[in-house]
Amino acid sequence: MQEWANQLCENRQFGSKMTDSKYFTTTKKGEIFELKAELNSDKKEKKKEAVKKVIASMTVGKDVSALFPDVVNCMQTDNLELKKLVYLYLMNYAKSQPDMAIMAVNTFVKDCEDPNPLIRALAVRTMGCIRVDKITEYLCEPLRKCLKDEDPYVRKTAAVCVAKLHDINAQLVEDQGFLDTLKDLISDSNPMVVANAVAALSEIAESHPNSNLLDLNPQTINKLLTALNECTEWGQIFILDCLANYTPRDDRESQSICERVTPRLSHANSAVVLSAVKVLMKFMEMLPKDLDYYGTLLKKLAPPLVTLLSAEPELQYVALRNINLIVQRRPEILKHEMKVFFVKYNDPIYVKLEKLDIMIRLASQANIAQVLAELKEYATEVDVDFVRKAVRAIGRCAIKVEQSAERCVSTLLDLIQTKVNYVVQEAIVVIKDIFRKYPNKYESVIATLCENLDSLDEPEARAAMIWIVGEYAERIDNADELLESFLEGFHDESTQVQLQLLTAIVKLFLKKPTETQELVQQVLSLATQDSDNPDLRDRGYIYWRLLSTDPVAAKEVVLAEKPLISEETDLIEPTLLEELICHIGTLASVYHKPPSAFVEGSRGVQHKRLAGSSGSGESVESPDTGSAAGVSEAPPAVIPSQGDLLGDLLNLDLTPTTTGPPPPASTGMQMGAMDLLGGGLDSLMGDESEPPPIPLRTDTPQSPQLPHQSPSPPDYSPTELGGDLGGSPAMGAPFGAPPATMPASFNAPVSGGLDDLFDLAGGVGMPMGAYNPPKTLWLPAMKAKGLEISGTFVRRAGVIQMEMTLNNKAMSVMSDFAIQFNRNSFGLAPAGPLQILTPLSPNQSIEAALPLSTVGPVMKMEPLNNLQLTFPSVTNEKTAG
Amino acid sequence: MIHSLFLINHSGDIFLEKHWKSVISRSVCDYFFEAKDKAVDPENVPPVLQTPHHYLISIYRDKLFFLSVIQTEVPPLFVIEFLHRVADTIQDYFGECSESLIKDNVVTVYELLEEMLDNGFPLATESNVLKEMIRPPTILRSVVNTLIGGSNVGDTLPTGQLSSVPWRRVGVKYTNNEAYFDVIEEIDAILDKSGTTVFAEIQGVIEACVRLTGMPDLTLSFMNPRLLDDVSFHPCVRFKRWESEQALSFIPPDGNFTLMNYHVSSQNLVTIPVYVKQNISFFETEPCGRLDITIGPKQTMGKTVEALMVTIHMPKSVVSANLTPTQGSYTYDLATKVLVWDIGKLNPQKLPNLRGSLSLQAGAPKPEDNPSLNIDLKIQQVAISGLKVSRLEMFGEKYKPFKGVKYVTKAGKFQVRT
Repeated sequence: MQEWANQLCENRQFGSKMTDSKYFTTTKKGEIFELKAELNSDKKEKKKEAVKKVIASMTVGKDVSALFPDVVNCMQTDNLELKKLVYLYLMNYAKSQPDMAIMAVNTFVKDCEDPNPLIRALAVRTMGCIRVDKITEYLCEPLRKCLKDEDPYVRKTAAVCVAKLHDINAQLVEDQGFLDTLKDLISDSNPMVVANAVAALSEIAESHPNSNLLDLNPQTINKLLTALNECTEWGQIFILDCLANYTPRDDRESQSICERVTPRLSHANSAVVLSAVKVLMKFMEMLPKDLDYYGTLLKKLAPPLVTLLSAEPELQYVALRNINLIVQRRPEILKHEMKVFFVKYNDPIYVKLEKLDIMIRLASQANIAQVLAELKEYATEVDVDFVRKAVRAIGRCAIKVEQSAERCVSTLLDLIQTKVNYVVQEAIVVIKDIFRKYPNKYESVIATLCENLDSLDEPEARAAMIWIVGEYAERIDNADELLESFLEGFHDESTQVQLQLLTAIVKLFLKKPTETQELVQQVLSLATQDSDNPDLRDRGYIYWRLLSTDPVAAKEVVLAEKPLISEETDLIEPTLLEELICHIGTLASVYHKPPSAFVEGSRGVQHKRLAGSSGSGESVESPDTGSAAGVSEAPPAVIPSQGDLLGDLLNLDLTPTTTGPPPPASTGMQMGAMDLLGGGLDSLMGDESEPPPIPLRTDTPQSPQLPHQSPSPPDYSPTELGGDLGGSPAMGAPFGAPPATMPASFNAPVSGGLDDLFDLAGGVGMPMGAYNPPKTLWLPAMKAKGLEISGTFVRRAGVIQMEMTLNNKAMSVMSDFAIQFNRNSFGLAPAGPLQILTPLSPNQSIEAALPLSTVGPVMKMEPLNNLQLTFPSVTNEKTAG
Repeated sequence: MIHSLFLINHSGDIFLEKHWKSVISRSVCDYFFEAKDKAVDPENVPPVLQTPHHYLISIYRDKLFFLSVIQTEVPPLFVIEFLHRVADTIQDYFGECSESLIKDNVVTVYELLEEMLDNGFPLATESNVLKEMIRPPTILRSVVNTLIGGSNVGDTLPTGQLSSVPWRRVGVKYTNNEAYFDVIEEIDAILDKSGTTVFAEIQGVIEACVRLTGMPDLTLSFMNPRLLDDVSFHPCVRFKRWESEQALSFIPPDGNFTLMNYHVSSQNLVTIPVYVKQNISFFETEPCGRLDITIGPKQTMGKTVEALMVTIHMPKSVVSANLTPTQGSYTYDLATKVLVWDIGKLNPQKLPNLRGSLSLQAGAPKPEDNPSLNIDLKIQQVAISGLKVSRLEMFGEKYKPFKGVKYVTKAGKFQVRT
């Protein structure tokens, strides 16, 4: 006791010294001393007023920590208000004065035994908020009692306290067995206790991704559903979010859960509504579509979603982001509700942009007239971002609803007449896209476009205009003059414009060879000799070689018929969409990013997939297998996951693999697959140390297939380019000696991707085919209980094969090998089973070849040529010796 | 869960902070201020912001930002709903939600925040539960408190929190038992240049003021419940009864509360009470324009349109307006470029008109954007959707209460494009 008192004195001095300097700047002179005197006053009333003043200073951020011992002295009181105030103070400053805080422990422990449940709950609650190790040690016993308290109010408070304690000292919570007690509380008779237990467990589970804390079974589900009806709105949110993690056993159970959740759609709290929508959207997947109930449920979902849009703008924003997902997954729900997305002029800009996005998604032949009228209205608004997006939206309507194309084009022309600079530029960008969708239909407007050539100052608009001029060079009399005018400032243009200009002039040359020879030479030399940009230079060389080698082939390549662009360019990739649907109402759904991409929250989020019995991802898993040459249908894998409203329908040049038209990209993938994988599988790492299964990750940091995504250094060697496309351009290889096989490979109708380097690389590499990259180590023995795998990809007799050497470096026999390809960018999958018949004895190695096909499920990987394999092998646990 | 809360005023000063877990430095708000500067108008600040280690979710209400900091994956709607609840509670306690009032009552606000959230989990957000624990300040009570040393913190367990009807406290007693319901409808509509309805819907709300002794069980039924497209209820309403009988059956909270929100969508025909004839044009050659607006009754269901007001956000280049109203008065705010014409009652015999000229900044080009008109109005004693309460019954108690239903229609976001 004596010691304590000494310490107290010391601290008091220390405390005041420490804060003195600060206190002159933050509080009035002498205030702290005055308060000190008042706090030590004998009069209760004066004490209370003083504590209030202290709290007031604290809330506005003043440092009153110097008063710690004086305030704590006021704690032993039977006045509830005073007690609460002191608790508030303690929670704030205990951390900075841990030794002092210990003084409060006795009072806490005593209060936890108080006959009044309010006091008991308050004490346990406050104790949990004091983030001081020494205090938490004393917390365990009172907490254990409170978790079993007779009063539900105390139990529910204690449940949350477990989460607090876990945050401070997770190990302690586990050692003390609080988690089990918490799990028991899910079966509590009081719904509020259940809700809080669920909330606490969910929070704890987030930092323990693999724990089965919330082990849901039909019994617990039933309890949760019962509690759902009776607990507070916030409790309902916790329970609904927890329910969404459950996977029902069959459609019966799914339906019965849906039936019991549906009433939540009529809750006044929008968060409850959205969480209910999440559960319904997820469990609906399990229901057979012909079920009557399925249709009823669909109908029930629309009105609450519409009602969310009449709430405060912040709520609207979150609702709209989620509706955007819902509309992509199940457009039928809101197809008749177009009008609620019409924009009001005083909506905040973030609401306007989201509404516009959804309007386009819902646009159809039935409502296109209305939509267009609205968009035209928006294009005259004040807000520049919004106007731009509206103009782009008109273009997207044209592409989406063919019947409306003509009206859209004339609307765009009207807008161009306004001469408002940014409107004109946006309009030109989208008209280019319309040309790509409906070639040879609206070229009459080109003249109007050309009038505005001078006003274009944004790279995207300039590039679009140049593309139009190049594409329709034969119909524009002065095309050469127009393009030449751009050439003057070639080096000041952005890469996008430069690349486009290069291509356009080559096109022009191929169409009108006689008068434009000089121009094409000029641009080729600008691109190849004066530019530091490897993309530009490489493309320049390719054109140059192509033109000098075989102009006929060049014509076939460059002027080939282009594939039509697809309708929706910014759809979220289906696997991601499925995952996001499972996370409706969360931050992930607001950002449209996978939950794993989230900062702190990423710790525990497991990938969730819709459990759908039907229709989930059928589009993903059926790439067009018939088209051997690679003109497959647009695989969803190359659709950008994050585009703005329009994406860039034609942005072939800058980012071919993410926003380019699908066919060239897939062509490149299929043809270039061999080289790509062969050249690149040089660094492999198995991340996890606990096989089986063993995920293999192959990363190729410098990928020739992605020259634009990871800009390659200017002097990369020809081998890295995949094939030996006579192109060590930097060294100025002779142009006259093209690889003999080149034209042949270009006769395939793949030239849609002519702009892309890797088409050429892949095309050339294949027939030459002689280069088989050596095997590289994929999986070191250490990481796979002794199984070492090295391998490579080769093409034999036109079939892609994966050749592997398996080496058993363990002490025991291995057998029953199998292999699984995880989804990858190229749809690579085994064409036959892995043929390793004999068990592998220690120190033995075996060669295995696995034929591959490219008809497997496609999923875009980052980087593109990342491939994950899983080897679930069996190690015979036979001890050697 | 919700980690911290910062209250920030219009000019960007943090005047209150509350942390429910560890203390997070104020500097986290810098990301918010950055976004605020970028957005120019405070209304346009995005409600969800990402920073390297936290998420900032904010609402803008009554010229104040309520900014919460979260660290883990939390449903953003949950946070936004909670923030609105904080603002509601402050308004409920102190009459309005303003910086000066919050500063004056900072300790009470702090106590409230402490009761509303525990470790980031909502604890008590029902106003009547809160009021049992922390009494709202009244002049009388503060006088009494200083005299007898009472306190404004209750020392009994908020019983309501534990019963199956957490929204109602036990032992309510009144000498006059009364139950009043206000059916309030707002018309959200967009009319185009020619006066055609582009979009219209009705947002309705039933506000209740119930002061009844004991545990009354009420049933409110409608003449025409089929009108309603979507409904959302106060937690007290029994959903099953609504589904089967289309009647609202509930044990009411004590005092004022929102019983139900509803929505009548554009699918049904929405009555538009007034028409607007307008012409706002600017000349190509001269820096000026003309304005001519007339408003007349369309479908008012035989009632008078009151509190009629027109608000126009003028293009930036309009420097002054020289107008003549036949009724009411107008003001033009140069700073915000907002023209307000306050008309008052609509007289069908003599339609109000506002006409005159607008002058633009010298040399300014003809404005590109057309200003939209915002209409405010009020019609007493009618719910424009036609919704009618047929009767209110009470069970569970013996006395006979006073009952009353009032209807009123207002313009919500009622816009006319030009």
